[in-house]
Amino acid sequence: MTDILKIDDETIPKFPKHVKFRYNKARDEWVILAPERLVKLDPIAVEILKMVNGEREVKSISLELSKKFNAPEDTIISDVKEMLQNLSDKGFIEENG
Amino acid sequence: MDDIKNNNLKKASEHGIQAPLALLAELSHRCPLQCPYCSNPVQLEKKTGELTTDEWKSVIDQAVEMGMHQIHLSGGEPTVRHDLEDIVEHCSKQGLYTNLITSGVLLNPDRLKKLESLGLEHVQLSFQDTDHENADRIGGFKGGHAKKLEVAKWVRDVELPLTCNCVVHRQNIDNLENFIQMALDLDAERVEIAQVQYYGWALKNRAAFIPTPEQLDHATEIVEKARIDLKGKLVIDYVIPDYYAKHPKNCMGGWGRRFLNMNPKGDVLPCHAAETISHLKFDNVREKSLKWIWENSEAFNMYRGTDWMPDPCKSCDRKEIDWGGCRCQAMALTGDAKNTDPACSISPMHNEIFSMAAEEARRAPPEFIYRKYGVRFNSPI
Repeated sequence: MTDILKIDDETIPKFPKHVKFRYNKARDEWVILAPERLVKLDPIAVEILKMVNGEREVKSISLELSKKFNAPEDTIISDVKEMLQNLSDKGFIEENG
Repeated sequence: MDDIKNNNLKKASEHGIQAPLALLAELSHRCPLQCPYCSNPVQLEKKTGELTTDEWKSVIDQAVEMGMHQIHLSGGEPTVRHDLEDIVEHCSKQGLYTNLITSGVLLNPDRLKKLESLGLEHVQLSFQDTDHENADRIGGFKGGHAKKLEVAKWVRDVELPLTCNCVVHRQNIDNLENFIQMALDLDAERVEIAQVQYYGWALKNRAAFIPTPEQLDHATEIVEKARIDLKGKLVIDYVIPDYYAKHPKNCMGGWGRRFLNMNPKGDVLPCHAAETISHLKFDNVREKSLKWIWENSEAFNMYRGTDWMPDPCKSCDRKEIDWGGCRCQAMALTGDAKNTDPACSISPMHNEIFSMAAEEARRAPPEFIYRKYGVRFNSPI
C-alpha cells in the first residue's frame, strides 16, 4: 500500500479497489462499502464522491461544486479536503498515481 | 423457558428495526482444516443437507430486495462448493458487495482469476500462526501455512483486495507483531486480529486458548501502537476476548438488529452461534421468505430490543449500547440465554467466570479437541 496521504488541492482522489461507492436501490441511498464496513453519507458527501473518478483533482471537483451550489470556492475546497482526508485516514480514499 | 410459549413478541418493524445490512452465508460446514476454535456449531451439517445453487440464488435475490449491502461467503470452507463461481456471479450481478472468507488451501490461481472476473470483490484469508509448524498443528492440516502464503500472492496477482484473518490466543499471541508484519509483507489492505471467542468448539477448547490478562494487555498495546504507526497503510481490526472487558461486546450490534446468518441447510440465525441456544426454533428459507423471517421469526424476536431483559440490564443506562451483550455467551456460561452476559463486570456471575478463565490461563494448556464431524462430548461445556 501507499504511504500516508495528505489531501491537497492537486490530489487526484480515487477509491481503493476494495472500496465501493454504491447506490442501494431498495434503500434509495448511496453508501461506501468495504470489508465489514458500511459508511452512511450525508447528501453533500454524496455529491462530492460522485465526482471522484480517479481523474479529477480536488481543485476541479471543488470548483464544479461551488458553481453547482453557488457557494464560495474557498469554503467548498476546505470542506472537500476535510471530508476526503477523513475518508483517506480510514482507508476509503487513495490517490491516483 | 415459558418465554417460548409467548407468541406476543414484538416484531422487527415494531422495534423500529430496518432491513439487515449484511448476510453471512455459511455455504458448507465441510472444511479441510480442523481449527479447534471454529465458529461453526459442534453439530456440523453434512453435505446432503446443504442448500442447492438455485436456493442460494433465491436467497441472494431476496437479500438484495430487502436492501442488504454485503454478503460474506463463508463456511466451513466455501470453496468446497463447486458452484461457488455461480454464486459469486449472482451476488455480483445483483450488486451485493461480495466477500469470500476462506482458509485458501483448496484454491488455485485459475480459480481465483475466474472468481475475480465473475465479480468477487474481496478475500479474507485465515491464518493460524506465522510459525509454519505451529500454524499447521493448530489447523490440523500439514503444509497449510505454506499454501496460504502462496494463495495470498495469487490473490494480489489478480488484484483482489486482501484481509488477513488472524485468530490469536495463548498459543500464538507472542507472534502478534509477526502477524502484522506478515500482513504488510503480503500487501494486505487489512488485518483482523481476533482473539478467540468462546462458543461451540472454542468453548470446549477454552483452557487451551485463553490468554492471561497480562498477555492480553501486552497484545492490546502492540495493536494500539501498530494502529498509529500504520495509519493509512494497513487497517487493523482488533477483537478482544470479552472475558477481560469491563463491558460486554454489543454482540452483532444487538440481537436481530443489523445482521443475519444462514447455515448450510438454510436455517436463518441471528448470529453464527445462535444454535447453541437449544430451545430456539429457527425458520428456514425452504419454508419462509427471508423477509418474513427477519420480521417474524420467533428466534429473532425473542431477544430483540430491551423488553426481555432482566436486571441488572433492565435498569442499566448502557442497555441500548451493549444490548445485554451476547445471548449465546449467557446461555453457555449461565445456562439461561436471558441472563446478563457474564462478560459484563456488573453481572452477578462475572467474578466467578473471570477467575475460572484466569485460572485456566495459568495452567498448562490441554490437548486440542479438533473440529471434525462426529465428535462426542460428555459434559455440556
